[in-house]
Amino acid sequence: MVDFRMPSLGADMEAGTLVEWLVKPGDWVKRGDIVAVVETQKGAIEIETFETGQVEGILVELNSKVPVGTPLARIRTEGEAKAAPVAALSPAAAPVISPPAPAAAPPAIPPAPAPVAPPPSPAVAPAAPARTRISPAARRLAEARSVDPATVTGSGPGGAITYADVARRAAEPTPSSERKRAPTLDLDAMRTAIAAAMARSKREIPHYYLAHQVDVTACEHWLSQKNAALPPDNRLLIGALTLKATALAAHSFPAFNGFYRDNKYEPSEAVHVGVAIAIRGGGLAAPALHDADQLSLDDLMSRMRDLVQRTRAGRIRSSEISDSTITVTSLGERGVETLYGIIYPPQVAIVGFGKVLVRPWVVDGAIGPRSVITITLSADHRVSDGHAGALFLTEIGKLLQEPDKL
Amino acid sequence: MQQEALQQGTIDTSYREAVRQAIRDAIMRDERVFLMGEDVGRYGGCYAVSKGLLAEFGPERIRDTPLSESGFTGAGIGAAMAGLRPIVELMTVNFSLLALDQILNTAATVRHMSGNQFGVPLVIRMATGAGRQLAAQHSHSLEGWYAHIPGIKVLAPATLEDARGMLWTALQDPDPVLIFENVMLYNITGNLAADAGPVNIDKAAVRRPGRDVSLITYGGSLWKTLEAATALAAEGIEAEVIDLRSLRPLDDATIMTSVTKTRRAVIIDEGWRSGSLAAEVAMRIVEQAFWELDAPIGRVCSEEVPIPYPRHLENAAIPQAPKIIAAAKAALGRA
Amino acid sequence: MNDIDIRKVVQEELNNIAPEVDMAGVDPKADLREAIDIDSMDFLNFITAIHHRLGIDIPEIDYPKLITLDGAIGYVEAKLGLGKT
Repeated sequence: MVDFRMPSLGADMEAGTLVEWLVKPGDWVKRGDIVAVVETQKGAIEIETFETGQVEGILVELNSKVPVGTPLARIRTEGEAKAAPVAALSPAAAPVISPPAPAAAPPAIPPAPAPVAPPPSPAVAPAAPARTRISPAARRLAEARSVDPATVTGSGPGGAITYADVARRAAEPTPSSERKRAPTLDLDAMRTAIAAAMARSKREIPHYYLAHQVDVTACEHWLSQKNAALPPDNRLLIGALTLKATALAAHSFPAFNGFYRDNKYEPSEAVHVGVAIAIRGGGLAAPALHDADQLSLDDLMSRMRDLVQRTRAGRIRSSEISDSTITVTSLGERGVETLYGIIYPPQVAIVGFGKVLVRPWVVDGAIGPRSVITITLSADHRVSDGHAGALFLTEIGKLLQEPDKL
Repeated sequence: MQQEALQQGTIDTSYREAVRQAIRDAIMRDERVFLMGEDVGRYGGCYAVSKGLLAEFGPERIRDTPLSESGFTGAGIGAAMAGLRPIVELMTVNFSLLALDQILNTAATVRHMSGNQFGVPLVIRMATGAGRQLAAQHSHSLEGWYAHIPGIKVLAPATLEDARGMLWTALQDPDPVLIFENVMLYNITGNLAADAGPVNIDKAAVRRPGRDVSLITYGGSLWKTLEAATALAAEGIEAEVIDLRSLRPLDDATIMTSVTKTRRAVIIDEGWRSGSLAAEVAMRIVEQAFWELDAPIGRVCSEEVPIPYPRHLENAAIPQAPKIIAAAKAALGRA
Repeated sequence: MNDIDIRKVVQEELNNIAPEVDMAGVDPKADLREAIDIDSMDFLNFITAIHHRLGIDIPEIDYPKLITLDGAIGYVEAKLGLGKT
């Protein structure tokens, strides 16, 4: 039995308000499942569990504000949960041979031939959800129009989802948020959190700044060719390329990817890129895009879209709050030429991308118009020096010359 | 039948009469054409198709044969190879099995085995299907078996136009063509253009357009299927009825176009279900239009019994409109 | 679907991205990126939503034609064969 506790989502968090349970007693959860939503200064955060097992009981009522560390629910871990129902199913008087249970001591069974015993019941496994019936035509349409079949009611044979069912669903207005519960982002609280983090950064981190202009004409050509053949759902933005290039470079340059804590730098093997996302009405969050260096561009783009959408809807996950090992910030097409970021502690680097501008550029000895972007690096001088920073930025620029290899 | 109104230039006629006129026309147009088979002359054909033709054209062109399907089909193959254009009539598809060796091992293979030196421009007509209480040795629908054989074409005229028009086109074909006339069609009547003539023999026809489900059929089942489609329309289900017309080769394009539109298919085939032509059509749909489907493909076939003699059992054994309606509704999830 | 419906669909989808904006008050000839403060990701989401809702294909090369409210409505109408010409 383990307690599921109010997590700490940053050093400055003292308490959180439990605003939604996504599980109920008896439900099975596995590591990584989202089980609750907690309102914090940073907005509503979806909380994941680290345990696999069965929810035994809910300990905190909705809308109560509790300190970090307070048990919120009790989870019976896998081994316990499997053992228990079997025991409960067996009449106490009958001789029983327990199925092997990892949590229990091995029963002392003599090696003599055992009396005939019923085999361990497989019925304790959680029932697999019934497969959604969906016709081939409907499945193809759902893919093309990005309709989640789980949201469609089937009208075909045996309740199967048909083409018309998907078409009807696709024609409905896009819901403005995934769920009816609208977690209002508290922009004032967010501003307070940004202020604290940025003040701490400027107080503690000796920043140094570098800038590097890179020709991204190849990226633009490659993108327009690739996107021409794709439906809007699968199209890529240049932001996916710059993010991937940064992640790959960060993997090769560990001095920019990790945490500075307790006067010590811990480089990170994994590259979790914090994506700076502007919130309408003023506000900023930089949730982590996990293992960005390992993702294909297509996956990276769809994860980016999901992350931006959830962040703006106020639904960040707990693991996305504090996992970032480096941050990327970009002001996009309506931004300015150059921006220098402030490092988000305890990270040690932030990479900025300015607006893509058409500039006279020398290629093979001749001046011609090229699309040029200014990449900047703000890095922690306690961990790295300008020379390493320059190599890191140059590497990002090089990677952007061959977009098909990203 | 599209031409319902009594327009000028149309005649009231029957399927039997249309077949007879097709034979007359062919004999008159081409001196190489002749008809032979059991009882086609003096008796006028066991389904009375050739009644009167012996008097009109004489025994050279209308030839009665001994009761030996293998023998006279072989004679027809020889005549065709030697330059004539025989029409061989086999009394029923059940009896055609006696000539199967000639049809499969000779007619269908000669072009292949002679290295294209010889062809067999032969037409074989035969009756098929149940419904006349002729019991298990006269009532089966084995055209699906013939549609298995490369080297021949297999036709199933279901309308007056096709009964009138397919024969001449078949006679122009350089290879054997088998024409299956469902016994329940001989008596159907309707209007036919007075100048009705040859028709294509390689395209399926949409006999009734619709958007909700494709009912794919041929031959004697066409009229039951159209009856079912009318009943379905009364319940708001718009069925599209496809008449295959040619069972070999199959017109895949028309089938797939229809199924792509309706996303549902039911195949109505008087053959037995196992290993049937319906199975072949269904599999082609799966191969070529799987991603268009909205429901499992349905089949209405004959019960897997020898066709019974008693009328109520005979009717129960073969496809009927209520079964077709039920299968169409099942495909729409309205069962 | 008539002219008014398409205007409504386009405005609804833009409002899903920028909920606080009164679309009736937006200059129909203004660059939407400026007028309602949307970025390239927002714009892509708008294109995706229109694609799904109306089933029309909008190639990337046509994006500039949809950059104003009037432009977007006209483009969608033309794609649906509802043009007034």
